Amino acid sequence: MKGYYSRKLHSLLGVIPLGAFLISHMISNFKAFEGGKKGFEGAVHFLNSMPLVFFLELFLIWLPLFYHGIYGLYIAYQAKNNVGNYSYERNIRFTIQRVTGVITFVFVIWHMYDTRFQIIIGKITHDDLGATMHNIMNNPVLFILYVIGVVSATFHFANGLWAFLVSWGITVGPRAQKVSTYICMGLFVLMSVLFILAMTAFRSSEFQAAATAAIDVVKTVLS
Amino acid sequence: MSQTAAASKSVKFIITRQDNPETKSYTEEFELPYRPGMNVISALMEIQRNPKNAQGQTTAPVCWDSNCLEEVCGACSMVINGKPRQACAALIDKLEQPIRIQPMKTFPVVRDLVIDRSRMFTALKRVKAWIPIDGTYDLGPGPKMAEKKRQWAYELSKCMTCGVCLEACPNVNEKTDFIGPAAISQVRLFNAHPTGEMNKEERLEALMQDGGIEGCGNSQNCVRSCPKGIPLTTSIAEMNKDTTKHLFKRWLGV
Repeated sequence: MKGYYSRKLHSLLGVIPLGAFLISHMISNFKAFEGGKKGFEGAVHFLNSMPLVFFLELFLIWLPLFYHGIYGLYIAYQAKNNVGNYSYERNIRFTIQRVTGVITFVFVIWHMYDTRFQIIIGKITHDDLGATMHNIMNNPVLFILYVIGVVSATFHFANGLWAFLVSWGITVGPRAQKVSTYICMGLFVLMSVLFILAMTAFRSSEFQAAATAAIDVVKTVLS
Repeated sequence: MSQTAAASKSVKFIITRQDNPETKSYTEEFELPYRPGMNVISALMEIQRNPKNAQGQTTAPVCWDSNCLEEVCGACSMVINGKPRQACAALIDKLEQPIRIQPMKTFPVVRDLVIDRSRMFTALKRVKAWIPIDGTYDLGPGPKMAEKKRQWAYELSKCMTCGVCLEACPNVNEKTDFIGPAAISQVRLFNAHPTGEMNKEERLEALMQDGGIEGCGNSQNCVRSCPKGIPLTTSIAEMNKDTTKHLFKRWLGV
């Protein structure tokens, strides 16, 4: 796991494709806020109607996520965090980057279990995702845990983007790095807000309809 | 009059000691008479003259490393009140008491405050931090260096291999093999030199080996800690740029 190339690959995958995926995920979720149930279902259909969707998922999400996550845990393990003695803004972000990385790792596994895994085992279909999210978002504890997970993920991405720009030699001088701090932290706030707005949109009873409708179907079949 | 007033004042120290590289460390307290203008080194000299701890017991004098006493040699680096710095430039008047002194434990401790900075010199050898000019005949004068470039390169040349940046870095520790900020900045220095530039690929490739530049996690503690004010993070980012360029050039074979 040592070495220049494996570390560079970790850095690259964090932005392309994982960062790009996070943004696309944010946009499709935001459809729930903007267009309600119809809008969200439209976004889900659009994503699943992409050609070679299995390979897109495998190469742009699953494999990069696996590599970035496992290698990232190793990086987090290696750091001797020292914010106590060096409480500089950059050093604090260094530590938060590692903490949010680990939180995001756990959150993504949990979130995938709730959604994608349930589809794999055939418990729900893509059309039931809105109802699934509706149930999760209406549980206050789960809602808070999701907020923590989502905020961690967006911070990890936005701050990781800042570090990516340094590590690839794009922002070199202190001024460039300062400007990119403002842009990346702005991105963090914006993405967090959009994600949370989408999460609150899922709480609307509109999304419940599918769930109750499904239950109604079961009821009529049973009776 | 003022001298008697000064004599009644005292300075308290809590020093982390270690008898040899294998044994455990322990702390010992010292209380010394205050003298105007004293610094950590002169305090350690005072302990050497009169090796008694705060309890009045005779103890082995504290060992330390120092040389130039004007913050240019890098020998007297130690952790003073939680921050690594040069002991010779640490004025007692500007320190909060009790003054806590520890060795820079990122490096192997030899005894008390004496550490072994060999890894830094090994790193300089690894990145070939020199300009090869030896030959079998007179190579003549090299190309000239632009004055503007010389000015910023001079700042990088102030590095005294003191190890403070490695101590402050969260990614230099026993779990990693990261080379540390100092050697990366020296690659930038020698690659900026018109003659040194002729071998720049060798130095960049040294930074692309295991434990090279990829170990930087951008905590930027180094630049905040460097006693010589060297723009270490700019050097690292600049070398990130050059290694990235070199990476693609090598792949594409140009």
